[in-house]
Amino acid sequence: MKIPKLLQFVIATLVAYFIFQAPYLFLGKPIPASLIIMYMFFSVVMILMVLTSSEESTQELVGPIKALVEDPSKALVRNVVFVIVPVIAAIITYNQVKPSLESPVELRSTHPAPPSKLKVYGKSYDMMTLENPYRKLEKEDPEKFREFVKEGGEVYFQNCFYCHGDKLYGRGHYGQGFDPRPLPFQGKDTIAQLQESFVFWRITTGGPGLPKEATPWKSAMPVWEDFLTEDEVWKVILFIYDYTENIPRSWE
Amino acid sequence: MSLSAPDSLSSFSRKRKAVVFLILFAFIGISVSLFPFDLIGGSPDVFASEAGGEEAAVETEAAEGAEAAEAAEEGTPVYQPAPKLTEADYPQISWINGRMLAWFAAQLHLWFAAFVLAVPIFVFIIEAIGMATKDERYDKMAYEFIKVSITAYSVTAVFGGLLTMTLIVFYPDFMKYMSSIFGSTMIAYALIFFAESASLYLYYYGWNAMKYGTWKWVHLSIGLVLNAVGTTLMFLANAWVTFMMSPHGVDVAGVFDGNVWHAIHNHLWNPINLHRFVANIAYGGSVVGAYAAYMFLSADTKEGKAHYDWMGYTANFIAIAALLPLPFAGYWLIAEVYAYSQQMGITAMGGVFAWLFILQAVLIGALFLSANYYLWCGMGRSPGAVRYTKYIKYIGFVIVTCFLVWFTPHTLILENWELEALGGQYHPFLGPLGIMPAKNTAVNIMLMSTFLSFLLYRRANKIPTVSWAAYGNAAQVAIFVAATVNIAVLGIYYGYFTNTVYKVASSVPQVASTLLVIASCMVIDVLMYRGAKDVGPFEWGKMPARSQYALFMLAVSFTWLMGLMGFIRSALRQHWHVYTVMRDSSPDAFTPSIAYAAKTVSVATIVFMAIIIFIFWLSQLGARKQAPQ
Repeated sequence: MKIPKLLQFVIATLVAYFIFQAPYLFLGKPIPASLIIMYMFFSVVMILMVLTSSEESTQELVGPIKALVEDPSKALVRNVVFVIVPVIAAIITYNQVKPSLESPVELRSTHPAPPSKLKVYGKSYDMMTLENPYRKLEKEDPEKFREFVKEGGEVYFQNCFYCHGDKLYGRGHYGQGFDPRPLPFQGKDTIAQLQESFVFWRITTGGPGLPKEATPWKSAMPVWEDFLTEDEVWKVILFIYDYTENIPRSWE
Repeated sequence: MSLSAPDSLSSFSRKRKAVVFLILFAFIGISVSLFPFDLIGGSPDVFASEAGGEEAAVETEAAEGAEAAEAAEEGTPVYQPAPKLTEADYPQISWINGRMLAWFAAQLHLWFAAFVLAVPIFVFIIEAIGMATKDERYDKMAYEFIKVSITAYSVTAVFGGLLTMTLIVFYPDFMKYMSSIFGSTMIAYALIFFAESASLYLYYYGWNAMKYGTWKWVHLSIGLVLNAVGTTLMFLANAWVTFMMSPHGVDVAGVFDGNVWHAIHNHLWNPINLHRFVANIAYGGSVVGAYAAYMFLSADTKEGKAHYDWMGYTANFIAIAALLPLPFAGYWLIAEVYAYSQQMGITAMGGVFAWLFILQAVLIGALFLSANYYLWCGMGRSPGAVRYTKYIKYIGFVIVTCFLVWFTPHTLILENWELEALGGQYHPFLGPLGIMPAKNTAVNIMLMSTFLSFLLYRRANKIPTVSWAAYGNAAQVAIFVAATVNIAVLGIYYGYFTNTVYKVASSVPQVASTLLVIASCMVIDVLMYRGAKDVGPFEWGKMPARSQYALFMLAVSFTWLMGLMGFIRSALRQHWHVYTVMRDSSPDAFTPSIAYAAKTVSVATIVFMAIIIFIFWLSQLGARKQAPQ
């Protein structure tokens, strides 16, 4: 049975919408509405492009719509459609603009650019050349390296896990109360993207050390320079990369 | 139709004159191309020599010292450090926002310049094809292309003048500092501009006077000179803007070492040169495509529609052919930005401009969609295309899937309940799609799919006659499948399960796979369809109006894209005129919000498109004649 083009359009659009809602419906992990709008827009554009790629197909697609508007015998259907469509549009508009108690969504820069020079512990570090002094032990002295990783783990569980969580997913006990949430270290798309110097900068200067471009920053991250030694910071960095099986970004 | 020479033009003396003319132009072209580099070499009469420059730099550190004064007395240039400016150093005019005016003038100048530099490149190639094939249609089309760019040329100069004046009026100290380093190249630029104008006008106005025989070779040579000087101009201007981003040839205080080649050959110069050169061709193609669409829609004869349909197709082909390698040139540029400054790199891709890159991704996707749609509609010209239209939906599915991956952001805009449900800022499934390995994989597959659309279009009206056609098809399918698997494995394995060094490096074999597919399948296709039978008469002009709007869409997307990305490139300097060397202390030295930047570029895009449409209309007006009263 040949499905009319207009029906094909409707079915394809609904299927696309269902696919984008599936992560929420089946796994409870929604694709944000802001992204679904973009996904749906371009999916519908593509469906229309395919359906109008030839003249015959275009005529078949728009034919029923033309008939609905022009055919005198379809007056009843026309009137129904002409009522339903504006009502749906009105409902969507109302839902978009009605007052809400939700705090407004905001765009946040989660990877603000680091400074070229970092001043902590009474010293100035060049961010282009700054490296974890213990990283080389991974090859040169693996036993010592494991020892430092373990020490870093102790630092982590004494200081960081309350927010970043015991599995480093960013879901610690206190973390639930923050917006934005503490960043996770798990996954191949988080700290694997960063050089250790970047992580050192974020830990030592915390939320208040974020640059102006990241404003209005609301990070609850403390200035760990005040609580941890330089040595402890480098070791905890070793730990979080090791635990999550990520390799820090490097240039060579 | 052939380009045979009329008798009146084929005499011996004419030929001899033509040869002399050709040699003269070749000489001028070579001289002009070398001219700035002679200066750059450091003529002692004009500049301090390299050694002298180094001395001058050392001396400037103790500028008030006796040695500096002595050097100055001896005539050796003494370069000053970059000035430390205050708000008072920036002249203000109450009713003009200097920064906004400079932004607009620079943006419009750049769009027109990109267009007028690009058009002669492919006009030259089309003219050469016309000469080689002796098909006068190419010559006619090339002439029409250059005709469009002639009016745009004067507009380019107008906006260039406006930009210069704006910079002098509102940023005098900055201009003074830049000219203390690049003064020689600025003079060279102005002189080369004369050569550019002369060669362009000769090329255009001499088109019909030098149409046949040896004179045609002379004309083609003028086109070559025109392109040589045009490209040189662009490279010089690129040196200034890239110096502002990655200064070289100066010390930390901004003291010039005296060797202008050092300043020109800064870290980002070559990546920008390549990126702009390729992008200009794509852009020029798209604008000419919009012109062809305008003319197609307003043509009222079958011949006119056929001509402008063919012109639009050719322009689209040029735009897409140049678009295919463009992501790779862009990738090299941003990799070099990262290599030069981690701060700049993260600001661009992960920091404050990250969402502008999402806009970029959307617009690039729009380019691919427009290009594919145009090709699909173009299959309507061929009676045999019906054999292939069933594949369009699969290509469309792959392209839209890749496109969605291409623009999926890493940092999401979340409502509270979504944040609650996800438990954090990053999405467990979409997060991995937000980083470069996914984007690289998606864009390579999108490029291959676009190429597949082109292959289907190309063979739509043909039936191969070679005995090995089945094997050729099988080989093409095998190449596509192997490349797709290779790209996916490289993207997934090296992108997520190895060190970042391999992650970045794996993009190279991904690109190589795509290029291999394009090159090898094209060779097979050309050989396979040599001597092929036509299914039916191919009909130029048999195109729906909506396909022409796809061409407009292409031009608008390109324009918008260039504006937004140009803003990012420039704004990466943040509050520096010259990054880390000369601070911008003007009241407007803030980094605009994404909305502010997007609105500004959008308004500029509308202004540009309005002027371009006016230019299209002018070209029509020129052909009209009023009937006697």
